[in-house]
Amino acid sequence: MELKQNHVRMRMRPAQAFVDVLFVALLCVPWAYRHVDSRRSALAASAGAASALASYGFHLQESSEAAGIHFSHSSPHLDSKLDHIREQVASMGAAVSVVDFDHDGLADFYVTNSGEGSKNALYHNLGNGKFEDVAPQVGLADVNLPGTGVSMGAVWGDYDNDGYEDLFLYKWGKPELYHNDGGKHFTRVTEQAGLPAWVNANTAVWLDYDGDGKLDLFVGGYYDERIDLWHLKNTKMMPNSFEYAVNGGRKYLFHNLGGGRFEEVSGKMGIASRRWALAAVAADLRGTGYPDLFIANDYGVSELYFNDHGRGFHEVGRQTGVGYAPKSGMTAAVGDVLNDGSFGIYVSNISEDGILVQGNNFWVPKTGTSGDKIQYENMANAMGIESGGWSFGAQFGDLNNDGLLDLYVVNGNVSLDRERSYWYDYSKVAGGNESIISDAANWPPLNGRSLAGYQQKRVWVNDGAGRFREVAQLVGVTDVYDGRSIALADFENRGVLDAVVANQNGPLLFYRNTVAEGNNWIEFELQGRESNRSAIGAHVTAFWKGRRQAQEVSGGSGFCAQNQRRLHFGLGKADAIERVEIRWPSGKLQTLAAPALNRIYKIEEPA
Amino acid sequence: MKLLARFFSIENRYLPPILITTILLAGQLSFGLLESFSRTALAIAAALLTELVLSRLITGKYANLASAYITGISVGILVRAPDFWPYALCSAIAITSKYVVRWKGRHLWNPSNLAIVAMLLLAPDYVSTLSVQWGNTLWPMLIVWVLGALIVWRVKRLHITAVYVISFVALSLLRSAITGHAFLAEVAPITGPMYQLFIFFMITDPKTTVRTRWGQCLVAFLVAAVEMALRLAQNVHAPYYALAIVGPLANAVEIWWASRSHVAPAPRVVAVA
Repeated sequence: MELKQNHVRMRMRPAQAFVDVLFVALLCVPWAYRHVDSRRSALAASAGAASALASYGFHLQESSEAAGIHFSHSSPHLDSKLDHIREQVASMGAAVSVVDFDHDGLADFYVTNSGEGSKNALYHNLGNGKFEDVAPQVGLADVNLPGTGVSMGAVWGDYDNDGYEDLFLYKWGKPELYHNDGGKHFTRVTEQAGLPAWVNANTAVWLDYDGDGKLDLFVGGYYDERIDLWHLKNTKMMPNSFEYAVNGGRKYLFHNLGGGRFEEVSGKMGIASRRWALAAVAADLRGTGYPDLFIANDYGVSELYFNDHGRGFHEVGRQTGVGYAPKSGMTAAVGDVLNDGSFGIYVSNISEDGILVQGNNFWVPKTGTSGDKIQYENMANAMGIESGGWSFGAQFGDLNNDGLLDLYVVNGNVSLDRERSYWYDYSKVAGGNESIISDAANWPPLNGRSLAGYQQKRVWVNDGAGRFREVAQLVGVTDVYDGRSIALADFENRGVLDAVVANQNGPLLFYRNTVAEGNNWIEFELQGRESNRSAIGAHVTAFWKGRRQAQEVSGGSGFCAQNQRRLHFGLGKADAIERVEIRWPSGKLQTLAAPALNRIYKIEEPA
Repeated sequence: MKLLARFFSIENRYLPPILITTILLAGQLSFGLLESFSRTALAIAAALLTELVLSRLITGKYANLASAYITGISVGILVRAPDFWPYALCSAIAITSKYVVRWKGRHLWNPSNLAIVAMLLLAPDYVSTLSVQWGNTLWPMLIVWVLGALIVWRVKRLHITAVYVISFVALSLLRSAITGHAFLAEVAPITGPMYQLFIFFMITDPKTTVRTRWGQCLVAFLVAAVEMALRLAQNVHAPYYALAIVGPLANAVEIWWASRSHVAPAPRVVAVA
């Protein structure tokens, strides 16, 4: 018997040795994977260092000083009951939105500040590479007065179709509507418009949801609107879950009645949610001619509202696949990155190595699904645009004019002491039950510690084959401020997208873009006639060399941001463009046959 | 009635797999607990395949897969990674460890605990662990706690869970006194689903816990105590590391003690990972 057992043991020894070696080999896999990964990055870095321009076709140079931009954001102080976690609570409010407010053909931009009594700025483009803050002169600077709350963001839209873009300013506080008086001055028209007295909002977008030619307005609440963050009745104002919170601010849909008046119709139109909205984007995702509405929520799942031909909305997050796995949605931007005429939706979330790996989402329509049956799948991992740290704002734009949309993501939450992290205490409470997490008094004090601070930004270049390559450091984006909002615009009318980045408690950055010679482009500045004058919702598809790319005029996208209204298409080496199709919000279709390249087209909606 | 009693008996090695599957499905269908079904399926498949191959290779027989299934599903729930490979790798490490990390014929580490700790240490840039909750109300949590407690009571391991929970709560008070943070902040982690898997499946694993009842209670307390020390050092993954430190040490002491007394401890049959 013993002999037999010994025989079996002898036979098993080589097998055991094999398993022992296998175990060690398995433990070495992460090391090997990292080694291969870092070698790949090193190769890319060495190639890029030689010449970013030659390797990636563009280079971004931070040029705020040269452009005469001197703006730094400050955070509010809020109620003293929140002092122990003030930097974490007051971690938003730096925003940028692009507009040509005076119709001089040059893109200007508005930036928000959030300290009590701090001033917002409207940078007027002087056309010589320099900007001048004209907010005090036009009446848009002193908007953070004590008792009125502080700015969180702003969006531009011509709500009265007089040809000049008006400004909606959303705050943790009293939202404001400013009428643009011919590009010379702004008049506060909040009361006439019928806006609510107080909303703790972090997102708003202009859209014409019913196609009546007048811009409507969606506003997403973050904190409950019954909370005044400067006069708290108690400390139970935090989210009641890290992943499933439903105690946030309500949503508003203001229907434009004309004559400068709005009616709040969210309930009537089927938008009822108290999730913690941080970003919204409106776009026609199904080809119905009406804008659908996507909302990225912090502390929970995203929501997608299909537009029922202007008669109402219904929520289809779960049905379409985008509203299933809860994360911390921070931004929402749409882009036709595959050049197939359909929009993907990018949602940024938060990730920290070894602690919390949510990953950003890129929702792409599943093959074979469309219309009301459209289904989305998250392709962020497969396309290489998932890992963005504690991501906030993101925008799609063709940064090198190669005919493919690239992606710029800013990140970083609270940068204080580099050596001490708040992550442990944050994760301790964030995982707790609602009765614990919802009470700010239970949150351990920050005590000067960082929470996902000093992060490197992401600039992902689209390779046209379904993958993106991260090149931020290589193309000149080297800042590590707490990035919040990013907007892209062609500030010098040269067919190149520059970037403006608003940082929390940090300087406003102006990244001037230099694009390598040889790639062509075309831009369209649309003006509605029967449609809303801003042409928000106009859908433009360019066809060239067997490619097609769709873009839509947006009334706000990303995180607290708005790109230029003008649509920019990079065309690569194409020497001609076959046609451009425009579907106006009114439903009118227009085709431009073989427009000349490298030009800016100003197009008015046909009568 | 007899059928029900037999189902809930200690001999039913499929009871824990059924419970953990219930938790998985309830969590996913109601709250979207998983990173994705496909990643969890990969973790389970990798665990089952590794178990089949290695058991055949080492013992000449195919092992019962209940234990490997729990390991796979635990990995699928607890590991968070954007990539797919960490799920397969973690499961493979867990199962392989059962055939490698042994002393005198016994496991030292809980396989999934060892594998998760290995991944956290070796691949922190690719992997984190479960952080989401069971919704925002107490009910789902209470249901899982009651169901879990019922199961571990039937398999005669409730005392381990109870000692750990009591110790954690008591030590939360102590931590609160030391850090000055609210008691509720210190006790908050145990209200999350990660802990439900930890206290019902990991620390109660029959094959990797000591044999005597009092020894098991002592080990449960020591896990909570070491976890407290790690928490004071602000370690985000404190429970995993605490079990990875205390578990094998306790087993090693018992094996050494048993070898001195020439008492061969008989392994139990209930399958838990």
